[in-house]
Amino acid sequence: MVTIEVNGRELKAKAGDMLIEVTDEAGIDIPRFCYHKKLSISASCRQCLVEVKNAPKPLPACATPVMEGMKVFTRSPLALAAQKGTMEFLLINHPLDCPICDQGGECELQDVAVACGSDASRFVEGKRVVPAKNIGPLIATEMTRCIHCTRCVRFGEEIAGIREMGATGRGEHMVIGTYIEKSIDSELSGNIIDLCPVGALTSKPFRFSARAWELTQVEGVAPHDSVGSNLHLHLRSNKVMRVAPKDNESINECWISDRDRFSYQGLYSDDRLTVPKIKQSGEWQDVTWEVALDMAAAGLQEIGEGEQIATLVSPSSTLEELYLAQKVTRGLGSNNIDYRLRQGDFRLDGAEPAFSWLGLKISEIENLNAALLVGSNTRKEQPILAHNLRKAAVSGAKVHFINPLQLELNYTAGQQLTTPAGMVQSLAAVAKALGATGEGAAAKVIDKAVADDDAKAIASALKDADKAAVMLGNIAAAHPDYSILCVLASVVANASGATFGFLAEAANSVGARLAGAMPHLLPGAKVAAEKGLDVMKLQKLPRKGYLLLGAEPGYDFWDAGLTRNALESADLVVALNTHTSPALEAAADIMLPIAAFAETSGTYVNTAGEWQSFRGAVKPLGEARPAWKVLRVLGNLLDQEDCEYTSSEQVRDELASLCEGVMPDNSVGKTESADLQSAVDGLIRIGDVPPYALDSLVRRASALQQTKDAAPAAICINAEEAKKAGLADCDSAVVTQDGREATLPVSIDANIPDGCVRISAGLAGTETLGAQFGEVTLEKA
Amino acid sequence: MNTIEVNNKADIFSTEIRGEIDQWVAKYPADWKQSAVMAALRIVQDANGGWLTTELMNDVAAYLDMAPIAVYEVATFYSMYELKPVGKHKICICTNVSCMINNSDRVVDHLEDRLGIKLGQTTEDGRFTLKEVECLGACGGAPMMQIGKQYYENLTPEIIDSILEGLE
Repeated sequence: MVTIEVNGRELKAKAGDMLIEVTDEAGIDIPRFCYHKKLSISASCRQCLVEVKNAPKPLPACATPVMEGMKVFTRSPLALAAQKGTMEFLLINHPLDCPICDQGGECELQDVAVACGSDASRFVEGKRVVPAKNIGPLIATEMTRCIHCTRCVRFGEEIAGIREMGATGRGEHMVIGTYIEKSIDSELSGNIIDLCPVGALTSKPFRFSARAWELTQVEGVAPHDSVGSNLHLHLRSNKVMRVAPKDNESINECWISDRDRFSYQGLYSDDRLTVPKIKQSGEWQDVTWEVALDMAAAGLQEIGEGEQIATLVSPSSTLEELYLAQKVTRGLGSNNIDYRLRQGDFRLDGAEPAFSWLGLKISEIENLNAALLVGSNTRKEQPILAHNLRKAAVSGAKVHFINPLQLELNYTAGQQLTTPAGMVQSLAAVAKALGATGEGAAAKVIDKAVADDDAKAIASALKDADKAAVMLGNIAAAHPDYSILCVLASVVANASGATFGFLAEAANSVGARLAGAMPHLLPGAKVAAEKGLDVMKLQKLPRKGYLLLGAEPGYDFWDAGLTRNALESADLVVALNTHTSPALEAAADIMLPIAAFAETSGTYVNTAGEWQSFRGAVKPLGEARPAWKVLRVLGNLLDQEDCEYTSSEQVRDELASLCEGVMPDNSVGKTESADLQSAVDGLIRIGDVPPYALDSLVRRASALQQTKDAAPAAICINAEEAKKAGLADCDSAVVTQDGREATLPVSIDANIPDGCVRISAGLAGTETLGAQFGEVTLEKA
Repeated sequence: MNTIEVNNKADIFSTEIRGEIDQWVAKYPADWKQSAVMAALRIVQDANGGWLTTELMNDVAAYLDMAPIAVYEVATFYSMYELKPVGKHKICICTNVSCMINNSDRVVDHLEDRLGIKLGQTTEDGRFTLKEVECLGACGGAPMMQIGKQYYENLTPEIIDSILEGLE
């Protein structure tokens, strides 16, 4: 530690820290543009010049390390003159278009110009103009306003891990951009909007729609992955105008994914459900809440037998909604409730951990020395976790993937590309290389495995690492042999001394377990005396009545075709949804409009087990109501006991008391069945869920739907397999799965292993198909 | 991905060009391949009639495992790289201080008149390109110009005429 003096005030600082870090910590304001706490130091804008005693010239605070006895003056005549001089130069080419600039009112350049600038310009020469380039649907550019701080360039290289922007040209001709006409494709790209200190990079969907001073800011929690990034929602006239990150060093630092930033557009899509509707002789009619709820309650009571009722809930629902959904369901005498809509293998039920989680804190990921990810497209599934994983990899961690897709990664990692059945064998081979034998199903699979060089490399990386982790992602959770993968991953973790964890799919996948939204678990992750049926059985053995919460048939289920059959044969389907769709209208009998993201209060439990509550930011659209209130009223109408909640906090606190002392735990029990359901004779479908097809809201976020990651459904297959099937790129082909068909374009993709065809789920055109992972046949259309 | 994926680097450039670039790559430590970017761009430009296309820059990026934008940055920074087609003879006229004092304006005027083009343009027959450049370090012989790799100093209209007549 050293002692320095700033403006006469004594400060303690760590030797080697930059001056600006110390003054920021102490709350002493120094103007800056290029400096950003999360980016490397470029010291190019010179706005942070300060006077340091005995230095011949003013020094940039961002690039001056503190030294014992240093005397600094940030507001001395010399410092102010230097800052004013820099500001004059920065402004010579900056247009005076603040009245039509989206950044106006929240612009760092405006703020610093007021503080340090002159009231008149001495620059009489012509200002330069830089033509704007189209860099995609999310970010608007106005590069004439750019002051060359290079924050966006450094962000691309250091945080997003894709160097897409750069500084081309020289001197007065230098411009920041992509040089060629090209979209910025990083899943974190929107953060450069926040980083840009001027109006050069602004939000395209938000463009010209509001001024900063008209907006009110409230806090929120991101609903699209299990990170629970902290948000600032910017509102005007009861409308979410845009979303920005809220700093939370232990979760999302100061970043959010594009999905969390731009999904709010889906709130105002044309197919938002705003009025309760009932279907009468095939026609949808708008009705009042009273009528709709009475009908729903009467219908559910009419079914009589509890086990004939099934409640299928989206894991993006809040904790309160999930808790009340299970309460209403169990009140009807049914344990048939499940949130695992995209899971296909339930052989682990009973032996799986009740309160499964990441296994470590989110901020600990960057300290890992080795990681093995099984069935995970981390970058697209959980962008913020992937950013942390990248930090670990960049500082030397050995990261390996076992996947049925070759991933585009922004760091060096080992990737084992194999079929779904091959994934099980690869993981078993790692276990074998570690000398583990396992029990039950695991023992059978490991026994047959051959520890090849790849497996040995992964095994030794995990074993030799100080801190290692084995994690299962979304693809693993939807794998037909999830139970075996889970057991094997646990065996590998135990044998190598690594942490075992789950990268949960949705905002509340972990919370759903605590809320008891499972057929065999009660709230507080307690084992139910009487077990209900899992989501798969609830569809294979159709029930008479279904209650859907936030789940869209056709898109949110593992086997879209199966869901449709089950729902269409039911007597009553009550859907509590935010949006409607043809598939939902075909399946449902009663549609109750519920509040969406930002419209309801609630709680999410993220994958690290952290509870984060939020308030409703805006009133629900139209007559939509928060789902917890709808469920409570439904409970009242069904004469259920203890259903008199007046606030969502009351619901949360009741659940919290039931969860007291419940600790996260990833220990996996034994299973017996070692039958590989993923072993098929022909082609197997890889039905991953693309990032912008995840839930009702993002599927309707128009700007996100124009990005590269939102490609329409296609049959992606490698050249070899395409040749065997007699298909060529751009052909149209008929894919048949379980007797159901879809016609889709063919796309030759070298990232798909032999024996596999990638037909992503959750996309328009795939609603008619079957399981996310299952045998398919292809035929030229 | 950071860099352009290429299955086989032998598919990029001819054997001769690859050989030349490899000589430059060998001058730097193994993990500092991108240090050869300037030489690689020059070699590729020379082989392409004196200018670089975006595709060629992408090829250089792929060959040296760099992000394409990093190559564009280099190619746009240095004035010796041409990003548009140039004539067979690229005439670079220095108009910097020493040459300006020694009447480089007369050199520019004369060349513009004789060739019928302005600075930055190329003659219709594709033979000549006129380019204004900063100091080329030959102030002792100001005013001067560079054609191809050759310097011509102490220029007068007569000398310029005889130089141009001597060119193919």
